Amino acid sequence: METFRQTRRSHTRYDRGARNISGCGLAGMMSLSGERTDGRLIREAIGLLHDRSNGLGGGFAGYGIYPEWPDHFALHMMYYSLEAQEDAEKALRHNCEVAREEKIPTRPIPTIVDPPLLWRYFVRPKGDLLVERQAPSEDDFILDLVMTINRSVEGAYVFSSGKNMGTFKGVGFAEDIGEFYRVEEYQAHIWVAHGRFPTNTPGWWAGAHPFTLLDWSVVHNGEISSYGINKRYLEQFGYCCSMRTDTEVMAYLLDLLVRRHKLPVPIACRVLAAPFWRDIQQMEEPERRLHKTLRQVYAGALVNGPFAIVFAHKEGMVGLNDRIKLRPLVAARKDDLLLLASEEAAIRTMCPNPDVVWAPRGGEPVIGTLGSMEVEGEPKRRLEEASA
Amino acid sequence: MMMKERDLLLEEPQTEEAEEPLHEVRVATTPVYYPPEFRWTNDQERCARCKRCIHQCGWKALRWEGRVVADDSKCVGCHRCEAFCPERCITILPNPQAFKEHGLWSVGHRRNLWKQAETGGVLLAGMGNDLPYQVLWDHLVLDACQVTNPSIDPAREPMELRTHLGRKPEAVEVRQNGDGFELVTALEPGIELSTPIVFAAMSYGSISLPAQKSIAMAACELGTLWNTGEGGLHDEVRPFANRAIVQCASGRFGVDVDYLNSGAGVEIKIGQGAKPGIGGHLPGEKVSQDVSETRMIPVGSDALSPAPQHDIYSIEDLRQLIFAIKEATNYEKPVSVKIAAVHNVAAIASGMVRAGADILYLDGFRGGTGAAPTTIRDHFGIPIEIAIAVVDQRLRDEGIRNQASIIAAGGIRSSADVAKAITLGADAVAIGTAALMALGCTLCQKCYTGRCSWGITTQDPQLTRRLDPNVGAQRLVNLVKAWSEELEEMLGALGVNSIESLRGSRERLRGIQLDRTTLEVLGVKPAGVGA
Amino acid sequence: MAKTMAAVQAAETREEMGIVIDAQGMHYRDLNRRLREAATEGEARFRLVNVNGQRYIGTGLKGDLHLEICGVPGNDLGAFLSGPTILVRNNAQDAIGNTMDSGSIIVKGDAGDVIGYGMRGGTIFINGNVGYRVGIHMKAYRQKSPVIVIGGAAGDFLGEYMAGGVIILLGLSERNGDPLVGNYCASGMHGGEIYLRGKVDPRHISPHAKIAQTKPTQIEHIRPHIAEFCTHFGYDADKVMGEPFFRLTPVSHRPYGAKYAT
Ligand code: SF4
Ligand code: SF4
Ligand code: SF4
Repeated sequence: METFRQTRRSHTRYDRGARNISGCGLAGMMSLSGERTDGRLIREAIGLLHDRSNGLGGGFAGYGIYPEWPDHFALHMMYYSLEAQEDAEKALRHNCEVAREEKIPTRPIPTIVDPPLLWRYFVRPKGDLLVERQAPSEDDFILDLVMTINRSVEGAYVFSSGKNMGTFKGVGFAEDIGEFYRVEEYQAHIWVAHGRFPTNTPGWWAGAHPFTLLDWSVVHNGEISSYGINKRYLEQFGYCCSMRTDTEVMAYLLDLLVRRHKLPVPIACRVLAAPFWRDIQQMEEPERRLHKTLRQVYAGALVNGPFAIVFAHKEGMVGLNDRIKLRPLVAARKDDLLLLASEEAAIRTMCPNPDVVWAPRGGEPVIGTLGSMEVEGEPKRRLEEASA
Repeated sequence: MMMKERDLLLEEPQTEEAEEPLHEVRVATTPVYYPPEFRWTNDQERCARCKRCIHQCGWKALRWEGRVVADDSKCVGCHRCEAFCPERCITILPNPQAFKEHGLWSVGHRRNLWKQAETGGVLLAGMGNDLPYQVLWDHLVLDACQVTNPSIDPAREPMELRTHLGRKPEAVEVRQNGDGFELVTALEPGIELSTPIVFAAMSYGSISLPAQKSIAMAACELGTLWNTGEGGLHDEVRPFANRAIVQCASGRFGVDVDYLNSGAGVEIKIGQGAKPGIGGHLPGEKVSQDVSETRMIPVGSDALSPAPQHDIYSIEDLRQLIFAIKEATNYEKPVSVKIAAVHNVAAIASGMVRAGADILYLDGFRGGTGAAPTTIRDHFGIPIEIAIAVVDQRLRDEGIRNQASIIAAGGIRSSADVAKAITLGADAVAIGTAALMALGCTLCQKCYTGRCSWGITTQDPQLTRRLDPNVGAQRLVNLVKAWSEELEEMLGALGVNSIESLRGSRERLRGIQLDRTTLEVLGVKPAGVGA
Repeated sequence: MAKTMAAVQAAETREEMGIVIDAQGMHYRDLNRRLREAATEGEARFRLVNVNGQRYIGTGLKGDLHLEICGVPGNDLGAFLSGPTILVRNNAQDAIGNTMDSGSIIVKGDAGDVIGYGMRGGTIFINGNVGYRVGIHMKAYRQKSPVIVIGGAAGDFLGEYMAGGVIILLGLSERNGDPLVGNYCASGMHGGEIYLRGKVDPRHISPHAKIAQTKPTQIEHIRPHIAEFCTHFGYDADKVMGEPFFRLTPVSHRPYGAKYAT
């Protein structure tokens, strides 16, 4: 932990959140009908992508894993010391009604060394504080709390904060992290997973993916070349990039665009990976005006540089590439299953015989929505074939 | 005038005398001792005795006495004669006359002092601050992609420099509408640029009509902007008005409703980097018939631009004028406000945005001018690098960065400076001095004399007709196209394909040889510190 | 906030002379937008009642329109005015006729500071007193020559930087010992004429201006403006013209010409 502390201190002078650079593998599976499965398949899929990572970070997010706590925020916390735990819990109890608190169940694995203290809490904001602080919503209240703890409680990190979902991540190969957190014991309708290849600073637990905020979780392959401006753009809205990974800007951007600005998910994707001006010029009105407006207003939210991401939220899962497709992403469908991964082989691990496999185009999202069998971005070919 | 005399005037009505002559420039009232700045020489062997050099010199420094003879004291070192000598046999040297060296009293200080002792006048200068202050651009370096992310080849993959100036809302409202989406938010009018480089304000009057026309034509061809300065709109450049920012400054020259509505936007000029806090003064010599028509003032009279705008003594007054212009233009034109970068620029900029400015034009202390008192030009204001950094940060801290665009100017010399300005947080840059140099200017800094041999900062038809607007425009287009291409190269090396991904992305800059405070003000890490 | 057009129109009635708009509680943006619209539709006469503080009235309107204002209009009344005639039945505030090009503004009461700044043409008649910095940087151009006639007294810096046009200060109102004109009158003046009726303390006049008594031909030159003033406000023109006038003209067209070393 000493290494981590030192790194952190040496950066604070210039930047509250300097970042790690990393390559990666990613995978996601979703049941469009909401049927839940345990974490074994996703763990195998990400295990197959072993060579895309280097053992310095891996993780999973599952949606639907805490059906008994539908209205409580499930806060997953990492502590690097008992004092950190004390301070963070003080903040938690001051702000929230804590309905349940427990250690996150893990099993000892030889390759997973020096884990921080891992706890989870099921909480709701205290009603009187909500009113007093005039928080626009419970979500905003929790968001604020998460930012405060991550920024100012030394050695404590909230690494998951959604409802009926949770993130499990740490330093190690993803499949080992899955073992460690016992992901096979959880049932989820959406699973996303990530194996990480950080290139410089030693991996640290909170910096692993998925990166989550409230219900958002993001796994990301690539480097965000526009990180500098995305970060400064987000700071205007109170987001503080403290996790030293460029992926966190994705999670915050999504939270800003979809939850706070209420943009539909496909539109938010158009902001993150905006069409080129040349293409906008060729659009018909009123579409052209829509895209022109989006690019002008959300210039600071354009994510530039190579990326493939899979992000999930309570209503679905989305895969998205950068505008010129510099990182790989493959998608597949089988019945009510939507699958996404860096390589087709990983998809075949989860589902040996998909109905259709395709490579999404740069900047064009694959969007699966809970309860709808239509997947945006899925090639029409399959339907034609089916009808033929 | 003595009190006594004036009292008398009241009692004894007098008939008016004829108006005095208009020219009253201070000339030496005591002998001139100091040596000329330059020494003009030509190679007598090679000289073809064509006398072209004599005609080319706007300052009449050369004469014919069987051979070309120079009056060195009149030569300003503009190199026009040299460029047009068919034999290229002219050499202009700094006067090698040696003065005893002195660490405190530079020769420049001594010259200025002598000149003032001789004339008793306020020193004037043209162009920008020429003192050797540290140039921050030269202490900032850009990042490039290696291994962890790919650079992009701009020759083969799309690269976007398109930039929109104007006020933007914080968020867009989009409604689901059947299968599609419907845009609810309507943007306020803005200006689209094909490249984030615009031309700085230079009035007809301070520069010649062919010079302004060159710039106007180039702006139209490039899809960027030119700026009328405070000189009204001459008929010759009216066809290019759709790409003009029309300026409304303290003198209100040529300003009427039609003028305000004729451009792409309107600019309220509060100040200028070369002369923060003082007004303008187009000497009567430069107010020719044509200039008089454009400015709507009589021929030969001084065109004074008062130091302040007399309807703006405070920030709420700025709001009043901004909205007067918006009313006059039916809210169809974005309004820019131009200020000199001064110590408190961040707070001022914030006030400007809140007052309704859609574009902030920041002019650093290196900015050029046709004429400014030397003391003001050289010792007032702050570098544009600092101004961009603090304004951009302040607007972000206050959550109002989207409400206005920033145009930065004052000492932009190359596409690298452009890239660095944008990385610090500017939306676009403006070039003035650089544009004039593309037209031939050699930075002799004597624009205020109105004798520019290159036909740029003069109204003498003998001199202005040398500048062919078609050629001038071509040179400007070449320059901006080349810079734009270099910008694309730089974006490619940085691994982004759109200018907005560089704008304000200070993580991609590093400082070298800068002290900690400067780095903090710039919001930039020192070289050697990684991500 | 912004009213719907329907709400704005609901505040309208029609009289024989034109449209009457009740501006009570109306934002200037709505009021002026309505005026521009109605003018485009061909309306030429307007009466605005319950005006209180709405800015920029008349701005952006063009041509031979008549506006009568009941109440106190806001700042920048008739800014960039280009043609219309505006009659204010009460006092008016600051910055009337800012950068005005043509048309006329008539104020029955007093007016504030910075009247006719940068004005290039048209006429402004103020029955009462005016504040500081009136007629700054007025300029004349070809057939256009702006005129400001003030019935009362003026504050400091009258005609500062004046480059053209005519300012006439009549001093008709009771001033309780206050001077006709404040300090630094005609400071930086380099064109145009200022006429002051009655006694003038030369200490108030800038050295940039020459002071002389007015010659009969010059009086004739300004007679039409004074006559028009008197018609507007009910004075006897001959009586007003009976007093002597002093005339200020620039010492030089280039007040700063000799300031610089070359
Ligand atoms: S043209 Fe320029 S360089 Fe040549 S003599 Fe004249 S002033 Fe000197
Ligand atoms: S232009 Fe050159 S060749 Fe001609 S007279 Fe001058 S110095 Fe001689
Ligand atoms: S514009 Fe002309 S006078 Fe001014 S510096 Fe350039 S060459 Fe000299």
